[in-house]
Amino acid sequence: MAETAPLICRDIHKTFDQLEVLKGISLETRKGDVVSLIGSSGSGKSTFLRCINMLETPTSGDIIVHGDPIRFTTNRKGERVPADNRQVELIRARLSMVFQSFNLWSHMTVMENIIEAPVHVLKVPKKEAIERAEAYLNKVGIYERKDYYPAQMSGGQQQRAAIARALAMEPEVMLFDEPTSALDPELVGEVLRVMQNLAEEGRTMIVVTHEMSFARDVSTQVLFLHQGVIEEQGTPDKVFDNPDSERMRQFLAPKF
Amino acid sequence: MIDLKGYGPALLEGAVVTIELAFLSLTLAVILGLIGASAKLSKSRVAIGVATTYTTLIRGVPDLVMMLLFYYGGQVAVNNLSDYLYDAHGVDFFFQFDPFIAGVLTIGLIFGAYMAETFRGAFLAVESGQIEAARAYGFSRWRTFHRIIFPQMLRHALPGIGNNWQVLLKTTALVSIIGLTDMVRVAEEAAKAERMPFHFFIPVAFVYLSLTAGSELFIKWLTKRANVGVVQGT
Repeated sequence: MAETAPLICRDIHKTFDQLEVLKGISLETRKGDVVSLIGSSGSGKSTFLRCINMLETPTSGDIIVHGDPIRFTTNRKGERVPADNRQVELIRARLSMVFQSFNLWSHMTVMENIIEAPVHVLKVPKKEAIERAEAYLNKVGIYERKDYYPAQMSGGQQQRAAIARALAMEPEVMLFDEPTSALDPELVGEVLRVMQNLAEEGRTMIVVTHEMSFARDVSTQVLFLHQGVIEEQGTPDKVFDNPDSERMRQFLAPKF
Repeated sequence: MIDLKGYGPALLEGAVVTIELAFLSLTLAVILGLIGASAKLSKSRVAIGVATTYTTLIRGVPDLVMMLLFYYGGQVAVNNLSDYLYDAHGVDFFFQFDPFIAGVLTIGLIFGAYMAETFRGAFLAVESGQIEAARAYGFSRWRTFHRIIFPQMLRHALPGIGNNWQVLLKTTALVSIIGLTDMVRVAEEAAKAERMPFHFFIPVAFVYLSLTAGSELFIKWLTKRANVGVVQGT
């Protein structure tokens, strides 16, 4: 029997007011896949990522997390909404997200940030959650910062703490929303190295990124989005070295 | 020690009344403020309308007028209700609308309106990314509120709460006008009887001053606690 796909998205559409941002995006992952979503600003790649964990509700299309499809219904205003908020909460807990601006909870220490959701959402015993957190802090290399508050650390350290927070959920899929875009150039490397290690461990990751070298070297699948549709899709070799789409060639062309 | 001419115990009782009045009004004001702020930030037009009417109306009318309206009007309302219930249903229902209840209701309602504005601003000041992270990690609405939004909102609300509290504390003095024997009322009677205004009002002023100074220290301590994790600009 084939392994259950960690995440399947079918024909995702998203319209804000009159503007159709996503015009039918589909994605199928296998365990251990690293999917890079690339494309220029406004292409819909972040919106697609946010639809996956329902931070935005797709206007149509299906999301299936490890065989469990998200159920939708229609509200009085005729909008599509999740049928069961509890189901969405449980699914979100299996798809941890790393944000562009880290979004560590500023009134909690790094340790408190990491154990918060495991203890309160997944109901892991606190002692176990702390042990788990320590292991992940070691993995991302900021164990000695565990009692710091986010504002006392550099952007790179904050993002690594945010990655530890995501890992502590032991998620089905990790979602990264431009994880290095808010960082000073010299701090980008430390975060990318952590992400590369995670990829090598076989974690399933979906990464919205502008780091072309990461997309090329680390991913198993690359999706190039343009104006809400997938313009080019395939292995990094195919997408970067032998693209079918003219847009993709333009996107890759040297800028100066 | 100054000789209070035998009014000492009465003044002390009056001070206790003042403090009780202030704390009960504060509790009501915070509750009304949270409800008012939530209503104003909700998507329901009815809730927004009701809350906006409440804050606009209350903030536009002098405290003293409100208090007189509540005290005298409140009793008339109770009387009318009592008559109606007796005539229509034969129910015997009556209570005296005393100055203490009128005071708590009025002050609570007035400061609830100010608190609503304070809380509204404070809720808006919480970064949306903080809330989004909570949602993305599977927090329920309630957990998001009490673990993330509320503690972060307090940082922004505490200075405003502190100001409101000081003004509220001083506003309690107005209740002596509708006949509550608070500290001010006792001092007024004593000052009149003994013809010694300084002798009685200055100690009262000092009691207010020490209450406000004490609460300022307490608010400072609370603010420091709420701001844990915030790096002050240098």
